[in-house]
Amino acid sequence: MKKKILINIAAVCFAVLILFLLQELFMPKYVSEIREGSLIEEYYDDEKDNDVIFIGDCEVYENFSPITLWEKYGITSFIRGSAQQLIWQSYYLLEETLKYEKPEVVVFNVLSMKYDVPQKEAYNRLTLDKMKLSMSKINDITASMMEDESFISYIFPLLRYHSRWSELTWDDFKYMFHKPKISHNGFLMRVDVKPVTVIPEGRKLADYQFGQNSYDYLDKMTKLCKENDIELILIKAPSTYPYWYDEWDAQMVQYAEENNLAYYNFLEMSSEIGIDFNTDTYDAGLHLNLSGAEKMSNYFGKILSEEFKVPDRRNELDTSMVWEKKADYYYTMKEDQLRELAEYGYLKSYGALVQNNDTED
Amino acid sequence: MLFTSFQFILFLTVLFVVYYLIPKKFQWMLLLLASYIFYSFAGSKYLFYILITTVSTYFTGRMLNQIQSISAAYLKENKETLTREDRKAYKAGMKKKQRRWLTICLLLNLGILGVIKYLDFTIGNINSVLDLLKVNNNLPLMGFVLPLGISFYTFMSVGYIIDVYREKYSYEKNIAKLALFISFFPQVIQGPISRFDELKETLFAEHSFNTTNISFGLQRILFGFFKKVVIADRLLVAVNTIVRDPSEYQGVYVLVGMFFYAIELYADFTGGIDITIGVAQVLGVKLPENFERPYFSKSIVEYWRRWHITMGTWFKDYIFFPISVSKSMLNLSKSCRARFGDAIGKRVPVYIATIVTWFATGIWHGAAWNFVVWGLGNCLVILVSQECMPLYDKFHNRFHVQHTLWYRLFQVMRTFWLMSFLRTFDCYRNVPTTFKMYGTIITKGNYQELFQGGLMQLGLTLSDYIVVIFGVVLLLMVSLLQRNGSVREKLAAKPYIIRYATYFAILLAILILGAYGVGYNASQFIYSQF
Repeated sequence: MKKKILINIAAVCFAVLILFLLQELFMPKYVSEIREGSLIEEYYDDEKDNDVIFIGDCEVYENFSPITLWEKYGITSFIRGSAQQLIWQSYYLLEETLKYEKPEVVVFNVLSMKYDVPQKEAYNRLTLDKMKLSMSKINDITASMMEDESFISYIFPLLRYHSRWSELTWDDFKYMFHKPKISHNGFLMRVDVKPVTVIPEGRKLADYQFGQNSYDYLDKMTKLCKENDIELILIKAPSTYPYWYDEWDAQMVQYAEENNLAYYNFLEMSSEIGIDFNTDTYDAGLHLNLSGAEKMSNYFGKILSEEFKVPDRRNELDTSMVWEKKADYYYTMKEDQLRELAEYGYLKSYGALVQNNDTED
Repeated sequence: MLFTSFQFILFLTVLFVVYYLIPKKFQWMLLLLASYIFYSFAGSKYLFYILITTVSTYFTGRMLNQIQSISAAYLKENKETLTREDRKAYKAGMKKKQRRWLTICLLLNLGILGVIKYLDFTIGNINSVLDLLKVNNNLPLMGFVLPLGISFYTFMSVGYIIDVYREKYSYEKNIAKLALFISFFPQVIQGPISRFDELKETLFAEHSFNTTNISFGLQRILFGFFKKVVIADRLLVAVNTIVRDPSEYQGVYVLVGMFFYAIELYADFTGGIDITIGVAQVLGVKLPENFERPYFSKSIVEYWRRWHITMGTWFKDYIFFPISVSKSMLNLSKSCRARFGDAIGKRVPVYIATIVTWFATGIWHGAAWNFVVWGLGNCLVILVSQECMPLYDKFHNRFHVQHTLWYRLFQVMRTFWLMSFLRTFDCYRNVPTTFKMYGTIITKGNYQELFQGGLMQLGLTLSDYIVVIFGVVLLLMVSLLQRNGSVREKLAAKPYIIRYATYFAILLAILILGAYGVGYNASQFIYSQF
C-alpha cells in the first residue's frame, strides 16, 4: 500500500515536471521577434530601487530612456510598460510594483484612457503572461479577459500555447530557461529612422467622453499613489498617432486639476523638447527612436529633478556601479544596432549580437 | 457548459470531491442538484421545460399505478365470481383508462418537443406551399430555441411512462428520483437514452470510493477528450471548409468531405459518449453502452445495431414493434395476404413499421428535409438489402467467400462508404445541394487536384494531417484490441510504468495536440444539436 502511494506521488511529480518543462518550451520567447513581450518579466530580475516608475503602453517604453535620466540627472527609473497596456493593467502593475519598492514618482501615460473595455487577447498576453502570480495578477486577468478567453489559460499558459508544438524553433529551446536582456530598464531601443510625412487628422468621434471604467481605474491609481505618498504625474507622450483629441486633453487637464495632479501634454511641447519628427521617430511618428527618446528624457528629467525634487543618486557608489553597467550595455546595443543599420539598411536583429553575449555572460 | 470546457472540468472536480465526502444517502440528491445546476448553465429558463416533463411524467406514472393497483385488487377480490369474459372486459376498460392518461402525457411531452423543435419547420413548409400558390400572407416563424437535450430527456421520459403503462416495472414513487433519472447531467447532452429499470440500480444507490471504478472512469473520460479535441475538432475545420462552400469544393472534395465527416462524427459522438459514461462511472453510475465498433459492420443493418445503440433500441421498442404488431397492422396484413399472397402480406406491416420508424429517426435528428431524406435513405437501403438477401445467399453458397478476410474487408468498406454517402445529407443540410454534390463526384473529374495541393487548402496543415493519422491509427488499434475484451482491464494488468506512461501520453496528446483554446472555435458535440 505504502509502495503504491509512493509510486503515485512519484508519477504525479514526474507529470508535473514534464508539464512545467513543456510550458517553458512552448511559451513564446520574445527575443528575436515581438521583443516587447519580454518587458514585463525583465522587471523581476532588476534591482528594485527606483525613484521613478513609468507605467503605460508603447508611448512610455519607446519614448523614455532611463539611462539618459540616470546619466543627465542621476535619476533611477524603470518603465513597466507593455504593448497596448490598458489602464487597469497599468493599475495592477503599479499595485504589484509597490510590493517590491516605493518610488518617489509614478508617471502614467494617459493614452489608454480611451480604452474602456478589453481590446485584444494578443496584447493581454504581452502584459499578463509573465507577471508573477499574485492577487494583482489575478485581478488584472479578470479585468482584462475577452469574452472567449479562459482564466485558467493565464495561470497555466501551456493551455494557450499548446498549438505551438508545430512551430517551435531553435530559439524556443535555447531560451527556455534563460533569456538575454532585451530592454534597458524597460526601454526598448530602436536607432533607425522613418520620418513623419503626414500627420493624420483624427476622425470625428461620436463621443469624446472617456469611459467610466477608465476613470474608475484612474481614481484607484490616484488613491493608491496618495496612500503611499507617491507623486503621480500624468503625461501624454509626444507620439503623433494614435490621434490625441483636444476633447480628451481637456478631460485630463480637468482631472489633474480636480485631483491636484501634474499633467504634461508633451505632444504640445515637441518643439520645446527639441523633437524633430524627421529624425527622431522610427515609424513615422507613432514612436520615438533612440535620439527622440533621449531628447524626451533629457527634457523630462529636468522637470523631475527641479519640480518634483527627484534626487540625484550619482554619488551613491553601489547605485552608480549598477547603472554604469546598465549604461555599458545600452551603448553596446546602440553601437550594434547602428552597425546593423549601416550593414543591412535596416535593423535585422535589434542588437541580437549584444543579447547573445549577454546570455553567454 | 461544454464537456470540453475548463468550466466543466472544474464543475466535475468539485462535484466529485463533495460526492464522496457527504453521507452516501445524500449522493443521489447531490446528483440531482448538480444536474439542475449543469442544466441551468444552458439557460435557467429551460429548466421550466424539463420540470414540466418531470412533473407530468411523475403524475401520469402515479395515475397509471393507481389504476393498475385498483384493477389488480378488484380482479383478486372477485376472482371466484367473475367469468373469463367479465375479467377481459374489466381489464380492457381499465387499460382504456390507462391509455387515456398515457395519451395525455405523451401528447404533452411530445407536444412540447414537437412545438419547439418542429413548429418552425412546419410553418416554413406551409409558407413554401403558400408561395407556390402565390399567396402573399406568409405565417411568421416562432424562433423557439431548442432547450438543451430536449430530444434525449423527452425520449427517456416517454420510454419510462410507456414501460409503466406496459407494467414492465412500477412507477417511481419519489418525484426527485424521477427528476434525477430525466435530468442526469452526463447524458442530457447527447445520450445514451437510458431505461429507468437499468439506470435506477446504480443511479440511486450509495457509492463508496472505488479506485478501480474511478480509475476506469477517468481513463474513459481521457480517451473521450482525445477523440473529441484531437481528432474531431481538428477535422471539423476541413469538413466545414468543404461543406460551407459547395460551389468551390466539388467532385473529389465531396468524397474527402464524406470521409472526414465519417471520422469526425465517430470521434465526436463516441468521444462524447466516452466522457458521458466515464463521468457516470467516476460517480459509480453505470450507463448503457452506445457503440460497438460500428465501422467494423459488414452490413447497414449490423451498423445500426452497433451505432447509437440506445436510440436504435428505443425506436425498435417504442415505435417499430408497437406498429408492426398492432391490431390494425395485423388486420392489414391479413387482408393483404388474402388479396396479394403471403409474400406481400407478411411484408406489409414490416415495411410500414420500418418506414415510419426511419421517418421518425430522421426527423428526430433535426427539423429539416435533409434529415427526413437521410432517414428514408437508410430505410430504403435496409429494405433493398433485405430483399436482396436471397441473392446474397446464392452468391455466398456459390463462391464461399464470406469467411475470407478480403471479402469481410470489402463488406466493411462497402458499409462504411454507403453510410458515409447517406450521411452527406447531414453535412450539406440541403437536399438538392447534396444530390448536386453526389453528381459532381462523377462529373467534376478533379481527382488529381487533391494531391496537387488541394488537401492543404482545407484549413489543415501537414502537422494537422499527421496528428489526424496518428489519432485514427490509435482509434483503430483500440477498436481491434476491444474485440478481445476491455482495453482498460488489459492495461490494468500491465506494470505501473506502462500504465502510467500510457495515461500520461494520452493526457499530453490532449493538452498539446488538442484543437482547443484561442484560434480554435470551441465546438459543441454534434449530437447535442439533435
